[in-house]
Amino acid sequence: MNSNNNILVKLNNAGFRQSEKWLVEGVSLTVEKGKIVTLIGPNGSGKSTTAKIALGIYKNIEGTVEKYTTKVGYVPQKISIDWTLPIRVYDFMLLTETIEDSAIDEALSLTGVIHLKNKNLGSLSGGEFQRVLIARAISKKPELLVLDEPVQGVDYTGEIALYELIKKISDTLNCGILLISHDLHMVMKATDHVVCLNGHVCCSGSPIDVAKNNEYKALFGEKASQILTTYEHKHDHVHSDEGEIKKN
Amino acid sequence: MFDDFFIRALIAGIGIAFVTGPLGCFVVWRRLSYFGDTLSHSALLGVTMAYTFDLNIAISVFLISSVIALILIQLQKKTNLPGDALLGLLAHSSLAVGLVVIGFLTFIRFDIMGLLFGDILAVTTDDLLVIWTGGALILIVLKLIWKPLLASTVNYELAEAEGLNPDRAKAIFTILMAAVIAISIKMVGLLLITGMLIIPAAMARNISDSPQKMVLFSIIGGLLSVILGLYSSLEFNTSSGPSIIAAALILFILSLFKIKQSIKLKN
Repeated sequence: MNSNNNILVKLNNAGFRQSEKWLVEGVSLTVEKGKIVTLIGPNGSGKSTTAKIALGIYKNIEGTVEKYTTKVGYVPQKISIDWTLPIRVYDFMLLTETIEDSAIDEALSLTGVIHLKNKNLGSLSGGEFQRVLIARAISKKPELLVLDEPVQGVDYTGEIALYELIKKISDTLNCGILLISHDLHMVMKATDHVVCLNGHVCCSGSPIDVAKNNEYKALFGEKASQILTTYEHKHDHVHSDEGEIKKN
Repeated sequence: MFDDFFIRALIAGIGIAFVTGPLGCFVVWRRLSYFGDTLSHSALLGVTMAYTFDLNIAISVFLISSVIALILIQLQKKTNLPGDALLGLLAHSSLAVGLVVIGFLTFIRFDIMGLLFGDILAVTTDDLLVIWTGGALILIVLKLIWKPLLASTVNYELAEAEGLNPDRAKAIFTILMAAVIAISIKMVGLLLITGMLIIPAAMARNISDSPQKMVLFSIIGGLLSVILGLYSSLEFNTSSGPSIIAAALILFILSLFKIKQSIKLKN
């Protein structure tokens, strides 16, 4: 019963078909409070589709989605905004929910774009816009955060900082995160559960389990597996140092 | 005070501008100007129905426009034709059918020019009641769906994912479009209603940096267009619709200078 209360969204054998072609099928996964679930897989493997099924954007799906929260923050992979609409970063932050100014400022500061608050959304660079998207999703203090390649277009140092921020948000807000990421280092570092997709769930489990899985190796190659296992080794090492956390 | 036809026309026009301002912004943002044209062309059919069955023109136009909107949605689902072809099909066929029906109704004398381009002499005290109560209702409903409608205008999937029900907002907005056409047809005329929606909003786009400001400037632009247009209509004895739209065009042209200025400032 207690564990049930922590469930935010649960997919049971879910799939979505578009004009007779399965985009993804047979996906079962659960996102719980305070946990990060990461979807990995090659292009076209159904990662974004799975996220959209979980969010309820796709309606005519196979299987079922049980959703236990309405407080959702979403960072879509592709966003096309029509610039006939004059809209500042500030207006964009208030798009789906009325939030206090202090919360807006805090979120924009966390993602490092507070100086852009009164800029027109159309004038931002790709990386800046991505930071604003993340800020918008976290500023509403959601229970469920769905991040579809949230750091695309962000410079390398910014990428690390943003991933650390996402991990921190998961801890402080105790929200569940469904993350789509290509960055296997990140997957290793913070994820509780990895689901490897290739049109269907090819394997899932803790990052280290997935790394050792043969199907995963077949899909991503031996190198990718080494990244995960190597990281796990370092991870153990850092933890054996008493209380001290080293960054590599 | 309502005895003077000009005062009546002025009050009617002001009421209309308050509604077309914000709705026009969404028409521009959502690229619905041809949709607006289609609905307003179909309004002629509504007018003939009103005369035939002795109904209130606004109510009759509202019903017909809503039906045309529903037919459009069905056609979009069931055919492979592109949206603009369907809009053109419905706009011209409903206009044609309306004109044919008028041909049959020989026992009623129609002022076709008045229907197409608006007639300030035609505004009655009853019309004022329809415009102001109808207009107030439209604005209240628009206020209620503002957040989901704006959010889905920016990005449909964001709005859907974060629980705002954009499909419902879109359906309600379609009804509001039919309603605004219904209340403004007598004044502006069915060929020019879309101009009343788009031109003040386009003017506002040139001088605004946020959605709220654009709505505000669009209302102000509409009000100025109505007042300037009606006075010149009285002065030069021109149709009310074209005079209002011409005034709106002048405001739009003036707003272009503001753009030039701000570009200069940036450089």
